[in-house]
Amino acid sequence: MPKLKLPAPPLPGKLNPAPRRPGEGNGKVDPLDVAKEAGTSAVGWVDERTSLSGPARWVMFRKVPKGTNWFYTLGSATLFAFLNQAVTGVFLSMYYDPSPTRAYESIRYVTNEAFLGEFVRGMHKWGSSVMVILVFLHMARTFFFGAYKYPRELNWIIGVALLILTMAMSFTGYLLPFDQRSYWATIVGVNINGTGPLVGPYLSDFLRAGPDFGATTLSRFYAIHMLLIPGAIITLIGAHLYLVTKLGTTAPPWLKAEPDERLAEEQA
Amino acid sequence: MADRRQTKSKYTTDRQIPGAFEGESVTRRRFMTGSVHVAGAVAASAFALPALGFAVGPLFEKKPEQWNDVGTPADFPDNTYIPRVITTTPGIGEAGKTTVYVRKRNPAIDKEKADQFNQFVAISTRCMHLGCPVRFVEAAGRFICPCHGGVYDFRGMVDGGPPVRPLDRFYTRITNGRLLVGPRFSVNRELHRFSPRDPGEPLDGIGQFLYPSRPSIRK
Repeated sequence: MPKLKLPAPPLPGKLNPAPRRPGEGNGKVDPLDVAKEAGTSAVGWVDERTSLSGPARWVMFRKVPKGTNWFYTLGSATLFAFLNQAVTGVFLSMYYDPSPTRAYESIRYVTNEAFLGEFVRGMHKWGSSVMVILVFLHMARTFFFGAYKYPRELNWIIGVALLILTMAMSFTGYLLPFDQRSYWATIVGVNINGTGPLVGPYLSDFLRAGPDFGATTLSRFYAIHMLLIPGAIITLIGAHLYLVTKLGTTAPPWLKAEPDERLAEEQA
Repeated sequence: MADRRQTKSKYTTDRQIPGAFEGESVTRRRFMTGSVHVAGAVAASAFALPALGFAVGPLFEKKPEQWNDVGTPADFPDNTYIPRVITTTPGIGEAGKTTVYVRKRNPAIDKEKADQFNQFVAISTRCMHLGCPVRFVEAAGRFICPCHGGVYDFRGMVDGGPPVRPLDRFYTRITNGRLLVGPRFSVNRELHRFSPRDPGEPLDGIGQFLYPSRPSIRK
């Protein structure tokens, strides 16, 4: 069974304790030594019971192609933008009240009175724009580097689903402050949905929970915004990351493949 | 390629399966697998279907009619509009209110057939492009939308811009000397009444079939 060995801290030679002689201490274990090994033994204890060190190494220590550059960090940046949204969103939900008569007041309280409320709400509000921008930059990087090609098509498709879900998050989140701008933007957005032939009218009814903006429209948007779509996004991000780990990243397109020297000699 | 499975008999006795009995065509293993799948599907439907029905229920629930008292018939002239705020969805504060423009029917310009519901004309402020609030501009004698430049004439017919049909109207009636404004209805270019449609859905020609009436709000 592979064991995760933590590297020893780089101490100068004089500070390193002398290795113990054979027979010294008579097999008694020094509590200090136990304490020193605590981290390793805790990891070892978990690993012995889960065998997680193999998958962990598979995820963390991957080969990356030559030419990997800063553009390759856009996916991680998007992930961190999402985590920012998730964490600030969870804490905003502690103050938010999704009822048509109380929503605006609860947002006003968060913004003007709650300690750090304006900051956390600002992180969530501006973070949403940052996330959309990063999603598009990440998508552009993938497109221009040709990283969507075989065998990574499925990852591109998952990415497009994530883009659509991010847009749906923006749409449903926009209503929640429940000021004039939110309200009318949602009216317009729902009516744009309604212009789809045949299914459009039913889709609008589904979004509004009725023929008009009603008592449960806001809580419906809230539930979609903080339960339904985040669940789908987390699932798809998992699949996205699994495929990245499985398939590896691509070299940038300007990098030529270097033929093996021995092969080159044989041809000459 | 010949179907290899065809060579196997469908009876378990012919396939020398231990414990098989005469006329048995489904193995016990296969039967158990199928039963477990069915049990799983029943269990999953038991929570998924009610939850789904719960979410789509409002599509099939008819909205109750609201009749709002807006004043006495004498309050409304026939050559200009008086704005009134009515409640279309009670209990949700400002979000459930909407402005209507009301005037007396003027036979000189209102050519549609008179009946008990249109002695007074109540025009909705919901723009028929995407639902922004239009306002009546007295000087122009027109309804103008602030969002994308929709313009409607005095009767609410489209004069210009992106709207796809004339402004919606409300039924009106006089009860005990009070003017009541009731449910909304949509109109096409000939001012024929239709059950309410959302903005952006044309009602001329094929439009009334592409954007069907919904169970949640019938005329």
